[in-house]
Amino acid sequence: MPGWTLAFVTSDTRWVGGAVGFGLTLVLVMVAVFAGAIAPVDPFASVAPPLSSPSRAHALGTDDLGRDLLAGIVYGARTSLLVVLSVTLLASGIGVTLGAVAGYRGGSTDDVLMRLTELVQVVPRFFLAVLIIALFGPGLDRLVLVLGLTSWPAIARVVRAETLSLARREFVEAAQALGAPAARVLARHVLPNALPAAVVVVSVNAGTVILMEAGLGFIGLGDPHAISWGYLANNAQRFLRVAWWLALFPGAAIALAVLGLNLLGDGLNDLLAPRARRLTES
Amino acid sequence: MSARYLLRRLLQVVPAVSGIVLLAFVVVHTAPGDPAVALGGEHGDEAYYAFIRAKFGLDRPLPEQLLTYVTSVIRGDLGQSFVHGRPVAHVVAERLPATLLLMGSALALSSVIGILLGIFAARRADRPADLAVRTAALLGHAMPSFWLAQLAAITLALGTGLFPVQGITDPRQAWTGWRYALDVLHHLALPALVLAAGELALTTRLTRTGVLEALGTDYARTARAKGLSERAVVRHALRNALLPVVTVIGGRFGMLCTGAVLVETVFAWPGLGQLMLSSILTRDIPVLLGLFVLVSVAVIAANFLTDLAYAWLDPRVRYE
Repeated sequence: MPGWTLAFVTSDTRWVGGAVGFGLTLVLVMVAVFAGAIAPVDPFASVAPPLSSPSRAHALGTDDLGRDLLAGIVYGARTSLLVVLSVTLLASGIGVTLGAVAGYRGGSTDDVLMRLTELVQVVPRFFLAVLIIALFGPGLDRLVLVLGLTSWPAIARVVRAETLSLARREFVEAAQALGAPAARVLARHVLPNALPAAVVVVSVNAGTVILMEAGLGFIGLGDPHAISWGYLANNAQRFLRVAWWLALFPGAAIALAVLGLNLLGDGLNDLLAPRARRLTES
Repeated sequence: MSARYLLRRLLQVVPAVSGIVLLAFVVVHTAPGDPAVALGGEHGDEAYYAFIRAKFGLDRPLPEQLLTYVTSVIRGDLGQSFVHGRPVAHVVAERLPATLLLMGSALALSSVIGILLGIFAARRADRPADLAVRTAALLGHAMPSFWLAQLAAITLALGTGLFPVQGITDPRQAWTGWRYALDVLHHLALPALVLAAGELALTTRLTRTGVLEALGTDYARTARAKGLSERAVVRHALRNALLPVVTVIGGRFGMLCTGAVLVETVFAWPGLGQLMLSSILTRDIPVLLGLFVLVSVAVIAANFLTDLAYAWLDPRVRYE
């Protein structure tokens, strides 16, 4: 749309952040998708002397078992992206549905759904995940379920607010007057206009999910079958004195991925939802 | 603040706490395996498990069990840690002061520094200093707390030797009195600064936005027209600008607890994070369950207190 392009060009220097965010997120996706081609070696294979510092053969050094750290980080991107994508899909599905229904129906439906949203919003996600993984054993599936089932309230609130204001607009009333069923009005007329605001919340939430996944990996609750950035950082903890590279690079990968998603969220915010520019700040 | 607002807000706390307790109950009961083993540890004999079942009422119908659990939690009974052989509430209470000290210091640091930086950036909006502060805030917000902690440990603690790497006191010294306090402070410095850094980013950003917004209002223009110095105008604006900052404390309390656990892990700070870590290793489920309930209730309480503070500071909220 020309309006978007215009906003993109004229909004002083703010687009720089959005562009950097887009670039970083793109790199994350590419690395995750083409991990097999990018990683120099198998991340679990012992390929060099233990704890060798970064060199030409192993750009980011090796860990205590002689495993290539670069390969670990590349495959870790895959784990991170897998988790963040699944969590985001699950949380967006729930959040958009509940938010749209609450905002469109209003009345007691809205009351009940919003009370539910408030309840879920106070659940400390990290601590619930710790409890679940301790009880059910580690695994990406339960990690995705816990984080997905608890990450939707912010999305639901935004979609509800947008739906509330959209439902009173003429074009929606016109569709209703023509006899379109509620589901069709929501899907065709309300949701497409509510989504830009939701996208912003979703991308910022994705950054938080990466941090949570990394934090859980860091305290040893990651999936033992999938190498993750949190696991690498956890492994570094024992060698802070002798192998700085083990701590430096996995954390840097996490920070760049989260920074990318946050900047992308800010950029989309300026671009798509200028009226709701404070969404990301709460 | 009206009594009605207070009462209405207080009534919202009840379903929230009930929801958490119900969630904890459901999670434990859907977990694979025998709850008696989960609650009592893996190394008991049949008589021990029978005792555990009777003690926790696991031989009773589910609704009755739920009722028992709810009343226990209300009485502050979070169960028995099988590793420590003592009530979970006691084990947690022992570790709580260290974590509260860490979180309190971090919150104080991030609030003071964040507000100052936010004002600094707002007064230089879109100039290099502002861009630098905003970039730093973005970076600070994206960095995992444990990474910053590891980097600080490598450079400032191991590298310069200025700070201790681990613990809350120096085990080689038996300080008392003010020297003990100084020793704790010395050990506290790095973990508190690291934990503050993550929160700092958000406080800075919110203060900057708030001050900029307030400086554009009519009353700020009036203050300028009266001939007040820009410094005095900022002071006028600050009261309104800082309102959103208050919500950070309540809204991010859960994240602050998460950060504290991770930072404690790096610096071996003897608080709840260390307790959680050892409980994960020993599969001490009652302690993990207790920590979840405790943190949840603390988050609910923090939200409640924040709303009260907000209503007290901003009269408009009360009439909503």
